[in-house]
Amino acid sequence: MKPTSKILWRDLWHLRGQVLAAALVVACGVATQITMRSAYISLKAAQASYYDNYRFADVFAQLKRAPEGLADDMRALPGVAEVRTRVVADVTLDVPGLTEPASGRLVSIPERQQPMLNDLYLRSGRYIEATHPDEVLISEVFAKANRLDVGSKVGAILNGRWRELTVVGIALSPEYIYEVGQGMLFPDNRRFGVLWMGRDALAAAFSMQGAFNDVSLKLAAQADKAELIARLDQLLLRYGGLSAYGREEQLSNRFLTDELGEIEISSTFIPAIFLAVAVFLIYIVLSRLVVMQRMQIGLLKAFGYGNRSLGLHYLKFALLTVLAGLLPGLLLGLYLGGATTAMYAGYFHFPQMPLLVSPAEIFWAVLINLLAACAGAIAAVRRVAALAPAESMRPEAPANFRAGLMERSGAAQWLPSSLRMIVRNVARRPWKSVLSVLGIGMAVGLMMVARFIFDAVDHMMYVQFNLVQRHDVTVLFHEPRAAGALYEIRRLPGVLRAEPFRAVPVRLRHEHRSKKIEVTGLPADGELHQIVDSKLHIVHPPPQGILLTRKLGQMLGVRAGDQVTLEVLEGERQVREVTVAGLSEELIGIGAYMDASTLASLLGEDNLVSGAYLSVDPAHAEELYGRLKRMPAVSGVAIRGAMIESVDDIINRTFKIVSIIEILFAAVIVGGMVYNSVRIALSERGNELASLRVLGFTQREVVGLLLGEQALLTLCAIPVGMAIGYGMCAALVPAFDRELFRLPLVIGQMAYVYPVITTLIAALLSALLVARRIGQLDLIAVLKTRE
Amino acid sequence: MQLSSGSKRMDDPRDDAGSIFHVHKVTKIYRMGEVEVHALREVTVDLYQGEFAVLLGASGSGKSTLLNILGGLDRPTSGEVYYRDHDLTRADEEGLTRFRREHVGFVFQFYNLIPSLTALENVALVTEIAEHPIDPVEALDLVGLGNRRDHFPSQLSGGEQQRVAIARAVAKRPDVLLCDEPTGALDYATGKLVLEVLERVNRELGTITAVITHNAAIAGMADRVIRISSGSIVEERVNASKLAPSEISW
Repeated sequence: MKPTSKILWRDLWHLRGQVLAAALVVACGVATQITMRSAYISLKAAQASYYDNYRFADVFAQLKRAPEGLADDMRALPGVAEVRTRVVADVTLDVPGLTEPASGRLVSIPERQQPMLNDLYLRSGRYIEATHPDEVLISEVFAKANRLDVGSKVGAILNGRWRELTVVGIALSPEYIYEVGQGMLFPDNRRFGVLWMGRDALAAAFSMQGAFNDVSLKLAAQADKAELIARLDQLLLRYGGLSAYGREEQLSNRFLTDELGEIEISSTFIPAIFLAVAVFLIYIVLSRLVVMQRMQIGLLKAFGYGNRSLGLHYLKFALLTVLAGLLPGLLLGLYLGGATTAMYAGYFHFPQMPLLVSPAEIFWAVLINLLAACAGAIAAVRRVAALAPAESMRPEAPANFRAGLMERSGAAQWLPSSLRMIVRNVARRPWKSVLSVLGIGMAVGLMMVARFIFDAVDHMMYVQFNLVQRHDVTVLFHEPRAAGALYEIRRLPGVLRAEPFRAVPVRLRHEHRSKKIEVTGLPADGELHQIVDSKLHIVHPPPQGILLTRKLGQMLGVRAGDQVTLEVLEGERQVREVTVAGLSEELIGIGAYMDASTLASLLGEDNLVSGAYLSVDPAHAEELYGRLKRMPAVSGVAIRGAMIESVDDIINRTFKIVSIIEILFAAVIVGGMVYNSVRIALSERGNELASLRVLGFTQREVVGLLLGEQALLTLCAIPVGMAIGYGMCAALVPAFDRELFRLPLVIGQMAYVYPVITTLIAALLSALLVARRIGQLDLIAVLKTRE
Repeated sequence: MQLSSGSKRMDDPRDDAGSIFHVHKVTKIYRMGEVEVHALREVTVDLYQGEFAVLLGASGSGKSTLLNILGGLDRPTSGEVYYRDHDLTRADEEGLTRFRREHVGFVFQFYNLIPSLTALENVALVTEIAEHPIDPVEALDLVGLGNRRDHFPSQLSGGEQQRVAIARAVAKRPDVLLCDEPTGALDYATGKLVLEVLERVNRELGTITAVITHNAAIAGMADRVIRISSGSIVEERVNASKLAPSEISW
């Protein structure tokens, strides 16, 4: 081994604590980067190959009923490559072992298996047989959640008739990677599932022979999608078409795409913080090393070693430090990447989602971190180059302190000596102090963000399920029914209160913008479904005009007082101008509200109802569910408790693990920063502290002086971190301002308390790790040595 | 633990009038890897009230080891060390810290001032933990640096720094001032200035002052000169006529 190599390894060993601290930060950064990037890549690749291999359609449309012959007209439209017509029906299911009624979406498939748009992947069992009309395939998640398997039987009400369906296969579809039912935003796999049934059997049950009510289209390569959608709408208009839409509005695809966008953002932003801290740590370790080794550097230079080889020596030190973090970071990243991918597989359902790690990704992770090491080393190496051999063999001049703000303002005289020393040490290297504060502040901020997600979701849930949806159960009818249907509902066991609502599919237009949506007509005196404004005050449906949720208002670019065009997408398809009466605040989904009677007169109806909101006596809930399961008029039942449970479950499964990892990693940043700073303070000021011990200061007093500086920096970092954290949360809010849900900027007390406690503990532990060394200070050496 | 008081014995040296430090048959052996180094061999010596003692010896003679033991920085391998009725041999770490804090003033060869504190604050640092300190301003006046009190160490010359160190050492009114090569890092003129300050402190405050040095000329200003060689006291003499610092030269 060359002598300089020996020195290198000994330096690494000598400074192992600090090297380890920097390496840990590197490891966390790389692990986060690889975890998130590989999850992103895996998810994106799984999505792409699934869409491709299973021929996910490009355009979708629902309609009331059209003759099968229309399919040829659609095929003839310019840009259409392939058309698949289907019969789709939402039905109430009676699942064995489930008290509540479940909702099922029955989707028709050809009796004979053949390649088709939105093709199925058969996980187990077999395809249906034409001779057995009650055979169905069911979605994998629904089967798993309800422990159904090939051979299980599920009850269903098909067009008013109770039927028993037999599960013959378990399947997955690219249309339902994220499997949610109509009007649901979070998956509830126990109570919603997709079932595929033979076209003839389904058509027969719903009197749809020779007809369809759902169509998917694949576009040719150079098709003009907007143009095609317009033409398709025109074609489907007289068949009760509900306005066609592209993939970007397809619920499952949109949720998946949003999630991918999120991972992409955080996979750049979080590792960047770690990288910045790692560069800083490497920089301070190296600059300290250069100071400590002035003599050695001078000696080596005197022997004829050039700046290049000495610079290379310190560069190697930095690179080895980073390498020490890279390898475990990569392994941890691969492990966590696998775990994250598995977690995503819990609610994004792919035939398979292998963990993909692109070599390019690893290459970049390694390269970026090595470059960071170089950046950290450069400043130190420049100091080496600047040292003249003779100069460097003299000890460094005593630390330079001058009167500053504290002295000029006279504040100094009010502080005890110990505090003065601390403040001056901090002020002497303002940049280092600022960077330390920022580094720890970033960690505090990261922890705040991790906690904020919970607070925001809690608040979102509170608004949605305590203020807006106050009903226990929502009952949906197949068809709008006369107001009398409500009496039937009110007589059901356990129903304490029932309020009707009317939901009408419409397209709202304002200038060039338009949005397909359901407008809900609510009774003026309703209590079970309420509208709230931005201050969470209850708003009653306006006697005139329409009330839009804030997000919908934004999407349409309207404010209170503006006119919007309302095109009804069913029945007589009226087109009306209505005034926006105001904007309401809802954090989940988007919606539009009108007074029920205003809506009825707009439609020229006589108070029809689409469903009812129920308040239910829990003691009789089971009985009620039993009855609802078998009511022919009911197409779906949504239960608030079940929705809350399902959301909680998702939050716990996903955010909790992610947050714990984020908090742990942030604690590593705090620990790494504090350990390094204290370790360096000890080596820089070891003599000073030992002198104080000789002068009769106790070990405790000296430890206080050593740690005081870090304590001050850490305490400064906490409010700074809170500000950073608040900023990060505020920056996240627009990123989460989506149609599906919006995170409110609600940061609970705990989002401040947890990061502070974690930071203080991490700081204290790492500081004490160094403080033990105070006891080992060589007091006698102080009398003899000079530095 | 409290400093333990030694039991009275027949040949108790503390019977000797004015003896403050009593070192009796002290041996100190360091283990340097495989080798045993006898730094002190059965050294017996006393320091008396108000005296200015110079411990003279070459490098490696054991004089620093003796100073460290007197100052409570090190414990002898065998033998006894008493400060008044405190047994330093049996004191624990905490007891030694308290002994240093209450009774000993140190002056180091390289001053060891706290760089982040001004001259005045360096002195005040020690007076803050002392029971009956001298006012820090007065202490700086005593060493002739009243006008430099707001300067930081990096703004002071070596001699000035050493004088601040002396002011810091005496400000808590120690019973003994231990100086390890106080002029070792200074030039001739500055060194003499520092010696004058030490002499003045000894004269005005009556603090026992023990200076270790290899510079034989300094012995001229001592009340008593103790010469150490190879871990043993080879000569102990009282100066009949003490010289003023201005009268000595090297």
